[in-house]
Formats: sequence, structure tokens, C-alpha cells
Amino acid sequence: MTGKRILAFLAHRLAIFAYVVFALFPLYWLLKVSVTPNKLLYSEGIRMWPSRTSFEHFEFVLRHSDFPVFFKNSLIVSGSTAVIVTALASLAGYALSRFGFRGKYWIVALMLLTQMFPLVMLVAPIFKMLSPLGLTNSLTGLILVYTAFNIPFATFLMQSFFDGIPKDLEEAAMIDGATQFVAFRQIILPLTLPGIAATLGFVFTAAWSELLFSLMLISGNDAATFPVGLLSFVSKFSVDFGQMMAAGVLALIPACLFFLLIQRYLVQGLTAGAVKG
Amino acid sequence: MTSHAAREGGSRIDRPPLKKRLADASAPYLYTAPALILIVTVMLVPLVLGISYAFRDIQLLNPFSGGFIGLDHFKALSQDQNFYRALRNTLWWTGWSVLLQFVFGLILALLLDKPFHGRAIVQALVFLPWAVPSFLAGLNWAWLFNPVVGPLPHWMFALGLMSEPSNILSDPQLALWGPIIANVWWGIPFFAITLLAALQAIPRDLYEAASIDGAGPVQRFFSITLPFLAPTIAITVLLRTVWISNFADLIIVMTNGGPADRSQIVASYIFTQAFKRLDFGYASAIALVLLMLLITYSMLIVVLRQWLLSKD
Repeated sequence: MTGKRILAFLAHRLAIFAYVVFALFPLYWLLKVSVTPNKLLYSEGIRMWPSRTSFEHFEFVLRHSDFPVFFKNSLIVSGSTAVIVTALASLAGYALSRFGFRGKYWIVALMLLTQMFPLVMLVAPIFKMLSPLGLTNSLTGLILVYTAFNIPFATFLMQSFFDGIPKDLEEAAMIDGATQFVAFRQIILPLTLPGIAATLGFVFTAAWSELLFSLMLISGNDAATFPVGLLSFVSKFSVDFGQMMAAGVLALIPACLFFLLIQRYLVQGLTAGAVKG
Repeated sequence: MTSHAAREGGSRIDRPPLKKRLADASAPYLYTAPALILIVTVMLVPLVLGISYAFRDIQLLNPFSGGFIGLDHFKALSQDQNFYRALRNTLWWTGWSVLLQFVFGLILALLLDKPFHGRAIVQALVFLPWAVPSFLAGLNWAWLFNPVVGPLPHWMFALGLMSEPSNILSDPQLALWGPIIANVWWGIPFFAITLLAALQAIPRDLYEAASIDGAGPVQRFFSITLPFLAPTIAITVLLRTVWISNFADLIIVMTNGGPADRSQIVASYIFTQAFKRLDFGYASAIALVLLMLLITYSMLIVVLRQWLLSKD
């Protein structure tokens, strides 16, 4: 190896290292403060690791705050949204992939349109519409709104998975006498299981992270999702950093789990998914 | 259209051939109906309602509001200094966020493109911020900027960048930089993932041929890599620009538009008007202006693209 190549090698590794530190440091700090006992929080403010750790903040958050409720609400909302969206988007995506029909152009145009305009425009009208129906301050209302928001993108995602499956498969089944829906359910759906899993994951995370609409539609603690709960917790107990960060670490867990599951597929297959963020 | 087709299909049960034809014709609509009904009722109808609110006096806590007031909101808006500041901030916020995310994302993609020991684990680690929910990314960075628990003010003080360890989020001049930095941290992986996928699609033998011809790494980058990436770069930057200009979460979590509306962008200003002042009419008027601006931007891009294509 020449001197120049060694230098290039070192520069490459150093740059990689800098990126890893930049990406992980905020999360590391979150974890660090969450295990720092209150007494040491200020005296050892900018030490990299406290001289003594404790799980008192986690214990408080799990036992004496409303966080388990927020966690449960978020799980219900994100889980139901993911399941409903994936089911409806599979149907719609299958239609876009397999049928040629007159309304197709308009359906695609409508779905693209919904991806263009700022969703914040809908905050006020949706509140006004849901309020007389009793769907504000309710998990059902949130599920309804999130489902609609996520369907267009999930439909395109599912369509691209169906496009990857040869048409001959269901044509053969239909020659044998199966209806198209039976062929879809029994032959095509099982083949798209990885796609279904990816769609479930994307929609779940999107719903888990949504902030603006849940802030607007939910006011009490009973139906608060994690983002709303964490924000109200922050403004109410703005002195107790340890507890807030322990709650933050808990909110991170589902997102990280999902990420570990899908990250292998990110670069290879899911560029379409990445386009949305 | 959907229900019409379905009903006809149901009423002709006694005539199999026609029924079969109608069933076939209505099938795609039956598959798409649930999705469409939801999109229309939860997105399209509110969009139209929202546009009508822009011309009405709608305040949630005022039962006597609701009347049409013509262009009054837009007259007020043209006098609203906070709105103009939010407009300037939107440009600043979007421009810097997209530029920094793109530059650092491209560098990261280039670093990850060549194989090295432990690449899979490095890739998982540097892409992790993308998985962090946006509200949590905002809170996390707000804490890092807080001199009570965060190290950043102390480090900037030690480097002589600050006269005392203070919170940049409460400094009217600097507050917007807090969310911008958080946004860059959060968005680098997105650009890196997309660009890495595009990089890996470049045929490897091109590079070999070029280096046999004596092209250095810089020359190879500008004559092979960049032209191949150009379409991906163009589409991601354009899409991200629109997306980031509407992305209010980080600002709402970190500064709430403060201090004194100094870090407000248009999207967060709309939310503040609707959520805090419950003035849905005024919020909708701002939203309509934002929509017009975004449509203008998209049209400009389309025209620019046509012009570039016709020039070739």
C-alpha cells in the first residue's frame, strides 16, 4: 500500500466514525440522563457517564405516571391503523395492478393529489367534522384519520409488490374455476407476505410518530397517544429531566424494534418506501 | 359510480351473461371502494371545507361566528408581519435543511458504497435516526440544547462560540437553527438510503474502464457518478423540498414557534392559529396561501423541466 492509499483508508474510516458518533450521540445522551440519579444530574451535568446509575426514573414513569395508558393507546391506534390500512390498500393496490379500467387514471390522480397538499390544512376542518360525531378525544377518531392519511401511499406500495408477481399464477387458478377474488386471497396474498409486512411496519411507524392531529383531536389524558402524553408531561414536569428522558427511551423502543426488522431491506427493495420519509 | 355499478349488478341476477359482464366491470371499483370512500370523506371533503373556511369567520369558541366575510382574512394576512416572517423563515428552514441533508447524505452514501469490514452494522447504526419518531427527535435535541442537562451549550462555550452556556432555542436570532440541526440529523439517512440505492445501480465496469483510461477518483466522480445520480438527486430534492416546507413537527416540539413567533414557519403558524387561538378561518386562509405557493412551485418545476428537455 502506498502512503496515499493508507491516507485515503484512514480518512474513510474517520469519516465513517464521525457519522456514527453524530447519529448515535443524541440517543446515547437520552439513555445516559435517563439512568442518572437526580442527585447527580446537575453536579455531573456534562460527564459522559454518571458515577452511579439507577433505574428510579423508569420505575416512576412505569408505576406512578399515565405512561402505561399512553403506551397502550398508541399501540391500539397504531396497530389498528396498520391492520386496516394494509387490508384496504391490498385490495386497492391489487385492483391498480391487475385491472385495466376507465376510472383508474382518476383514482391514481386522486391518490397522488392527497400526497401533494399540506396535511396541516386539514387540521381545522377535520376537527370541525369529527366534533359533532363525538369522534374528537376518541381513539376511533384518530384511527379513522390516520387510516385515510396512510392509504394512498400504502396502496402504491402494495401495487408495486403485486406488480412483481407474474399474472399467470392467478390466471391458471381461474382456468381451474376459481373466481378472481379467491385467486387473489389464496394465491397472490400469501406470495406478497413480505410486502404486507413492510406495509404494516411503515404504517405502524407513521401512526406511532404522528403528532399534529393527535395534539388537535385529543385533549384529555385518557385518550392521549404517546406523543401527546410525552409533550404534556414535558410541559407539566419540565424540571424532572430524568423522568422525561426515561419516557423518551420507552417511546423509542417500538421504533427501534421495527427498524432492526426492516433495515436490511431498506437499500435493496424499499426505496419506494423511503421516498415518503 | 361504484355503488351505481354494484346496484345494477345486483338487480339483474336473472340474466347471467349480463350479470357476469357487469360483475367484471364493477370488480375494480369494488376492490378500490373502501379506500376511495375513506380518502374522499377524510381528506377531500375537509380540503374543500378548509378552502371555504378561508372566506368565513370561524372561531371555535365563538358561537356567533360562521358567516361569510369575503376576503377579510386575506386583507388581515397582508398586514400580518408574523406571516411575512414565517414566510421568510420557511425559505430559510427549507433551504438549509434540504441543502445540509443532501450534502451530508451524499457523502454518507459515497462512504457506504465501497465494501468494507463491518459495513452492515455501520449502515444500521447511521440509519437509525430515521427510525426515531419526529416528536422524539425534536425533544431529544431540545434537551441537548438545554444548558441544564445538555452538553451542547457547554461545548460551544468552551470553543468560544458563545459568551455563556445559554440555550439557542430561546435566542430570537438563533432559535430556528435548533430545529434545522435536528432536522438535518433526522433527514440525512433518508438521502443516504435513496442515493445509496442509486449508486449501487451504476454498472461497476464503467469505473474500471475509466480508471484503465487513466481517470482519477475526482474525474470518475464528476463524469460517471454524478451524471448517473442526477435524476435521483433531482426527484428526491424536489419531493423533499415540498415535504420539509410543510414539516412543522420539530418546530412545534422544540420552540413552538417562539420566542415571540421568531422561529415560526408557515406550516407551524397555521397549526398555532388553529390549535392555540382556535381561529379556524384565519388558519385556513393561511393554509390556502401556502397551497397556492406550493402549486406555483410545482408548476415552475414542471415548466423548468419541459424547458430543459426541449433545449436538449
